[in-house]
Amino acid sequence: MITWIRGGDLIDPVRRKKEALDVIIEGAKVLRIVPHGGFQEEGPHIRQIDASGKLVVPGLIDMHVHLREPGHEYKETIATGAKAAAAGGYTAVACMPNTDPPNDCRAVTEFILEQAERAGLVRVYPIAAISKGQAGEGLTDFGDLKAAGAVGLSDDGFPVVNSELMRRALEYAAFYGLRVISHCEDRALSAGGVMHEGVVSTQIGLAGIPDASEDIMVYREISLARLTGKPVHIAHVSTASSVQLVRRAKEDGIPVTAETAPHYFTLDHRRVMKYDTLAKVYPPLRTPEDVAAIKSGLREGVIDVIATDHAPHSPLEKAVEFDKAAFGMIGLQTALPLTLELVREGVLELTDAINKLSWAGASILGVPGGRLVAGGIADLTIIDPDYEYVFEPDRILSKSKNSPFIGQKLKGIAELTMVGGRVVWEKE
Amino acid sequence: MTKFGHKDLLGMRQLSVQEINLILDTAESLKAISARDIKKVPTLRGKSIVNFFYEPSTRTRTSFDVAAKRLSADTFSLSASTSSMVKGETLVDTARNLQAMRPDVIVLRHPSSGAPHMLAREVSAGIINAGDGINEHPTQALLDLYTIREKMGRIKGLKVVIMGDISHSRVARSNIIGLTKMGAEVTLSGPPTMMPIGIETFGVNVVADPAEAIWGKDVVMVLRIQLERQTRVLFPSIREYAAFFGLTREILQGANEGAIVMHPGPLNRGVEITPEVADGPWSVILDQVANGVAVRMAVLYLLIGGAKGDNVDQGRRSD
Repeated sequence: MITWIRGGDLIDPVRRKKEALDVIIEGAKVLRIVPHGGFQEEGPHIRQIDASGKLVVPGLIDMHVHLREPGHEYKETIATGAKAAAAGGYTAVACMPNTDPPNDCRAVTEFILEQAERAGLVRVYPIAAISKGQAGEGLTDFGDLKAAGAVGLSDDGFPVVNSELMRRALEYAAFYGLRVISHCEDRALSAGGVMHEGVVSTQIGLAGIPDASEDIMVYREISLARLTGKPVHIAHVSTASSVQLVRRAKEDGIPVTAETAPHYFTLDHRRVMKYDTLAKVYPPLRTPEDVAAIKSGLREGVIDVIATDHAPHSPLEKAVEFDKAAFGMIGLQTALPLTLELVREGVLELTDAINKLSWAGASILGVPGGRLVAGGIADLTIIDPDYEYVFEPDRILSKSKNSPFIGQKLKGIAELTMVGGRVVWEKE
Repeated sequence: MTKFGHKDLLGMRQLSVQEINLILDTAESLKAISARDIKKVPTLRGKSIVNFFYEPSTRTRTSFDVAAKRLSADTFSLSASTSSMVKGETLVDTARNLQAMRPDVIVLRHPSSGAPHMLAREVSAGIINAGDGINEHPTQALLDLYTIREKMGRIKGLKVVIMGDISHSRVARSNIIGLTKMGAEVTLSGPPTMMPIGIETFGVNVVADPAEAIWGKDVVMVLRIQLERQTRVLFPSIREYAAFFGLTREILQGANEGAIVMHPGPLNRGVEITPEVADGPWSVILDQVANGVAVRMAVLYLLIGGAKGDNVDQGRRSD
């Protein structure tokens, strides 16, 4: 069986090219990539997909999601998360270990992979915990976790407080080629805080989380990466100072990579003004100046990756008083249009945007995909960049609906998502 | 002929200068009721008011209760320990259950900033914020404004200093918003650990040293220091706070002649204010309490007395 994706503009995020090319797929692999008109075969064994006027991009890869399984299946399951991912244009997601029990051992890693297999939609890559029980004390069995299928290490949701443990994690993880992903938060400084500490928190009387609580830990990770020479990846960068720290570190040749999430370049702390718990997230929405710095960081390549930090929560955690509400928002189905908005604003080139949504994360984690080449896996997404719609709750395929973008007009959507040559999502 | 068009009283932030004046004027006309032999008028007969207090409160709760009863409303009280909150019910569920009993107003005191705003979206009863977390306590600010106007004859142009833990004080926040709206010149004073980031955007001056801050002021408002905050390294000791940030007779002498001293209560005598200052001739602390009843009567009246949007003059005639 051959699939012929014809007439589209193919994005190569590595060579940073947009070209009029057809993609010919056989089985799970890309067979050939040819100019429009360069493939003429016909017959019952050929399925044609018309992509004219559309973008054909390597399947999007999200290196930071929370799928909540095992333990919090009422918020999300691997199956529902995978469905939302496919609808958002993602062909692979890397899920964080803060489940219950946390993914700190082979059994949980294998369970996640089995559930992903059962869901049969997108590729799911488990990120394992750095410390046992994410308690910040002893290291997990990195080798065993890698053998089971873990692709990275993080105590996401819980910062590793002990700097020596973090140092050893970087050193030990490098032996296995596993990237350590750091959730940067000085919990003594952020204690009790529920939003960014600034003019708005002062105006509406909510306890603040200072930007310094992030910056201090970003600097610690950079310092440890310099000391050890081992790479570290900074999760969800939200502050102007963190961008500056990563920029300098990169200039100094320190092996650091960084990600941000669409809400950090789209929303600022004023969004919280009416105590809307849908806008409560960690790190918190910062100031307009921080938003501008995040955009510059993306444009200049200081921030390598756009990840979603997709964090489903039910009304049990969100329809409560602001200070009692859980941190986090879903993001799998809004990341693509919000990133395309940056392209329309002129912040990013289209090819850079796709790079940050696919190739960059894949190369940090060392997973396949991120570009379409003959002989490579046929993970791809067809995007209609001009499709406009209001983001209504009934579009949300995630089990939880906690998005601050509900009711907002969005532009750009995944029309078709293909994983290993198989269509896993097709827009109505 | 200003109209009061709100369903709720959530904060000073939501009120215009005209509306604040309307509340103060209404309070003035209602204050006389408390001085009568029979301290009751039938204005809110048949109306139900729920006092819903998630935090301990004596003064505010009693004040609302007295205000409602003087207007002949029926009042009901719920506190965190008697409500289903202790059984794990959410605020929204509790509120919906209350709503089913058709109260006209719910007076809410809650430890979470924004809780009354959430409730106001959920229920059709009017919500009065009687203090939410560290956000606002609008009726306290209104009674403070009333007291200032009563004692000083005006608010506009007065120099007011607010002393203490500005960061964690809903009384401070509401007063800052109210006073600046009414044209007073506001100075804040207190340890830098208790001065919130960005407070200058409220249009106030910040002077850390209390003696310097009090100099030349007409109104000195002292905030209650919450002793439990000492554990959060905001200040080293009560002794040190009293010595360097408390209001003493000595530094009060720098204030203008005829200056008044205010405190929202309850007092920590000998901590943020010396007994001598609290009990001196400049102190209007008990007037604040008396005026609290009148202001809360005014707020209840404007929210649920007669048809929505009634103006004061019509209100007076219907009394």
